[in-house]
Amino acid sequence: MGAGPRQVREAGPAQPGQREHGALAGRWARGRRMADAALFEFLHTEMVAELWAHHSDPGPGGQKMSLSVLEGMGFRVGQALGERLPQETLAFREELDVLKFLCKDLWVAVFQKQMDSLRTNHQGTYVLQDNSFPLLIRMAAGLQYLEEAPKFLAFTCGLLRGALSTLGIKSLVTASVASLPTCKFQVVIQKT
Amino acid sequence: MAVCVAVIAKENYPLYIRSIPTENELKFHYMVHTSLDVVDEKISAMGKALVDQRELYLGLLYPTEDYKVYGYVTNSKVKFVMVVDSSNTALRDNEIRSMFRKLHNSYTDVMCNPFYNPGDRIHSRAFDSMVTSMMIQVC
Repeated sequence: MGAGPRQVREAGPAQPGQREHGALAGRWARGRRMADAALFEFLHTEMVAELWAHHSDPGPGGQKMSLSVLEGMGFRVGQALGERLPQETLAFREELDVLKFLCKDLWVAVFQKQMDSLRTNHQGTYVLQDNSFPLLIRMAAGLQYLEEAPKFLAFTCGLLRGALSTLGIKSLVTASVASLPTCKFQVVIQKT
Repeated sequence: MAVCVAVIAKENYPLYIRSIPTENELKFHYMVHTSLDVVDEKISAMGKALVDQRELYLGLLYPTEDYKVYGYVTNSKVKFVMVVDSSNTALRDNEIRSMFRKLHNSYTDVMCNPFYNPGDRIHSRAFDSMVTSMMIQVC
């Protein structure tokens, strides 16, 4: 009947902060890293959508301008990343070292995975292949949406070009998709 | 404590140069300019060396009777040149290295600033205050 005050006993470790903190810290840190990746993906999706919605000329002229705006944004970000990421590493000895840095350190920093393959013809052309590109993997697996794929690659092309330019290499980067989510980035070094 | 600090771009023009206010600041500018030759020499020597490790810190570039000039080059071929008073013998190599590391960190921050166009002169106040902390306190 008359329910007296219930005794609520606090169960748990004597110092609640201490022991849990270690376990939680790991989980929080992982969560923060996942949050970074998710934030970048959403931001990128919105950027592409925004640039596509606004241009009044839906023909090929307007499309190319949106692609070059995206590429320009990627270029500036790539320039900054090209300065910050190799900060602790020693000086690069040759071009191939720079490309390897792009495939390993840059890709891991931006997409949390390494590039799957790097091929070269040793005459200034490199092909970087990513078998499950994070910005495409949410869209489809196969041939659906193949025509939409290039606009999602423009920013990344600029990113590569910007990082290369900070590291002293003038280049031209194009991307091609044969089937989602595999894509290839072709880097052609411009000899001045 | 430095007497003059300069940041030189890849194409060998100054992005930032600051010296302590004396009557003849131009001599520091000349010193930095001539040290660029030594920097280029060291970079090309580094390229031919078979050593696996290629350091960013270049060390003492050349001593004059009053001053010593130190250099550092980043992976993006941006050079930092620091002129130090010769009479200040208390300055050790690792202190100079840590000063260059601070410079490199601040320069990277400037580069990541979206309002900064790469290639422009550096006007950042944060960078200025970091350099002020490294220079000799006059008066």
